[in-house]
Amino acid sequence: MTAPRDKLGRPVVVVTGMGIMTSLGAGKADNWAKLVAGESGIRTITRFPIDGLKTTMAGTVDFVSVDPFSSTALSERMAELVTQEALEQAGIGAKADFPGPLFLAVAPVEVEWPQRRELGRDVGQLDITYDDLLRISGGGKYSAYHHRFMFGSVAAYLAETFGTKGSPISLSTACASGATSIQLGVEAIRRGETDAALCVATDGTVNPEALVRFSLLSALSTQNEPPQAASRPFSKNRDGFVMAEGAGALVLESYEAATARGARILGVIAGCGELTDSFHRTRSSPDGKPIIGCMNKTLADAGMTPDQIDHINAHGTSTPENDKMEFNTTSAVFGELAQKIPVTSNKSMVGHTISAAGAVEAIFSLLTLEHQRIPPTINYDNPDPTILFDVVGNKARDARVTAVMSNSFGFGGQNASLILTREPA
Amino acid sequence: MTDTPASKPGQTEVWITGIGLATSLGEGLDANWAALQEKRINVDEKGFAPYIVHPLMPVAFDNQIPKKGDQRQMEAWQRIGTYAAGLALDSAGIKGNKDILSKIDMVVAAGGGERDLNVDSGVLTAEAKGANAPGFLNERLMSDLRPTLFLAQLSNLLAGNIAIVHGVGGTSRTFMGEEVAGADAARIALARIASGESDIALVGGSHNGERKDLLVLYEFGDFNLKDKFAPVWARKDHAGFALGSAGAFLVLESKAHAEARGAKPFAKLSSVVADLAKRKRPGDMAATLEKLWAKLPKRDGKGAIITGATGAEPATSEEHDFLKRHADFPVRSTGTVFGHAMETQFPLGIALAALSISRGALFPPNDSTGTEIEMQGAPTQIVVVGAGHWRGEGMALVEAV
Repeated sequence: MTAPRDKLGRPVVVVTGMGIMTSLGAGKADNWAKLVAGESGIRTITRFPIDGLKTTMAGTVDFVSVDPFSSTALSERMAELVTQEALEQAGIGAKADFPGPLFLAVAPVEVEWPQRRELGRDVGQLDITYDDLLRISGGGKYSAYHHRFMFGSVAAYLAETFGTKGSPISLSTACASGATSIQLGVEAIRRGETDAALCVATDGTVNPEALVRFSLLSALSTQNEPPQAASRPFSKNRDGFVMAEGAGALVLESYEAATARGARILGVIAGCGELTDSFHRTRSSPDGKPIIGCMNKTLADAGMTPDQIDHINAHGTSTPENDKMEFNTTSAVFGELAQKIPVTSNKSMVGHTISAAGAVEAIFSLLTLEHQRIPPTINYDNPDPTILFDVVGNKARDARVTAVMSNSFGFGGQNASLILTREPA
Repeated sequence: MTDTPASKPGQTEVWITGIGLATSLGEGLDANWAALQEKRINVDEKGFAPYIVHPLMPVAFDNQIPKKGDQRQMEAWQRIGTYAAGLALDSAGIKGNKDILSKIDMVVAAGGGERDLNVDSGVLTAEAKGANAPGFLNERLMSDLRPTLFLAQLSNLLAGNIAIVHGVGGTSRTFMGEEVAGADAARIALARIASGESDIALVGGSHNGERKDLLVLYEFGDFNLKDKFAPVWARKDHAGFALGSAGAFLVLESKAHAEARGAKPFAKLSSVVADLAKRKRPGDMAATLEKLWAKLPKRDGKGAIITGATGAEPATSEEHDFLKRHADFPVRSTGTVFGHAMETQFPLGIALAALSISRGALFPPNDSTGTEIEMQGAPTQIVVVGAGHWRGEGMALVEAV
């Protein structure tokens, strides 16, 4: 019926399992129901004191507990839960024996304040330097913290738990990380190295220092009350993004392998593209060329033309710069279609899940294809008159959706796009 | 299943056409080569006592990072890497060549997180002295952290800085995960070029070993070498690694792309393989190294091994067992000479393998235990080994063209 190879002669890569977790809840069913209902997962932070902070809300995942708490432990636990969900749906391999590699998008790992404070207390004197911390760090008392704060620790845990093959890759391309993890999986299958890949993205880094860091770069919304209204992509009064936690997992397989084992195909990763912006550490090149190039490369990779895209799942962070840049660059690629293709930003509801966003939004895009219903961009009461997207504002919209472009742009000039379709082209 | 296939039919040959090194022995290929010949080792036993580190031989950052503003936006690890990446582009003869730079696929192996020690100790000291208001930490961080420090900490901002400073504008991916991240970066870049997905890549990493925050992290696991320096193979009863500062970058290129622009190869990168041993029982890691060894293409030339063995136990003893089974291959340890540069150690190993092949000699041994033996004649095949101090194993085969 359908060719197992794409127009460029490469194996078609399909999705056979998905798992997701956001501030809206756990699992595809719960997330999708709340997403199309226009619910927000953004709330006032209760995990730690908010005194003295300019931004006091976030899309935290508070219903998953880890002990002792660290952002890395939360990231790991969320990744484990979404992977379980994805594997259950895919029904691939055997327990703890996934037949392919792991590509994990994860936030950079570091020793965190609860642990640093524990060391400080252990020093037991009034003036504390790093030499003092060093003096008490060895001897085995804190050996668990060595393992916990290795960059590769989350991937190593997942690889052992799910029995993925080979060396698991932990990657960061900032806010594009989730998309990059999918891209790495797609490439491995297309090269014929494997029939299946597990692509996971996770971010549990709502902690005081992470919040302060983004705050000091003036990247976060400060519209704290009500928190649910803070993330307002494409609105005139948007003032920054809202940090959030979440995770997504996708089981990718070659079309041939998936059909051979009778797996249900949830969608196709038809194209991936990336292009580096060498203009500035946090800002896009004013001419938008790298983002334009990224979208064009993705279309070319999918062997598609702009008129074949009927929905855009925007990066849509709700920062003044991103949303405007996204409209301008999309217009350069899509021409006047940019004003006709329905566009939405999931971040209006779940916030910006940073390292996980690319995967979380790819999954929401695949659910959009499945349900033929586009989730809304909430808080869209005051449209920015210079952003002429057909924003799916406030209410979900039924639509014929055959191909979705999902965009991710990040600090460090990271741009990545994906094209997801229902059926192989 | 997930390894880079070695020279499959239809796969293009991948050449190493550029090498950039900034290490504790100096900058550039000649300085590092000369120091290796003289068996020089640069360790600082006092600055971080009782811990031992291999400090960066000072470089004139202006030579590769001309704008002071750019230098200020980076912490040391990023400056070292951006510097070494510039040297690699120079070495490949593509510095400033916009057409080529705009299509380079960058794969960087990075850690990150360089802390502001004063801010951390200031907070801990104030708390020890009784500061306990709920918002105390928030307020101190809001007022004391430099806004741009975050960008100097983010793992992917090494690649970001390389893109900005050198105008590398193709694609950029950052791999994390300590030692094996360096092997995986080379593995993925090689696979992409070999399969025709990419023509040219910049691969490498950088590490600042002169950091107390990193010493704390590794001290949790008692991994730091203390008190007295010894070659990696002589640390069994005094185990540990001495952190090293180093930046190592490679330009990898398809043979056709290199030939079309008249570029000469140092060597070819024939294969990179990696795995994750469970390391639950003694011998697990050595068995994985043996498995990787068997996956490399046939070695029938004049062979040698360059390893990034750390000096940490039990990993180093396990690797030593593996090496003993291949005793016909002369071994060199980069850890002894350069210290342990974590994500950078594997790219450094590939760089030294390519350099040795191109200069027609393996550098001399630097070891008191007899593990490293003299090698006569020019090596044509060098296996690069990288086994992590805790997790992750990688191996590469570098061959004469």
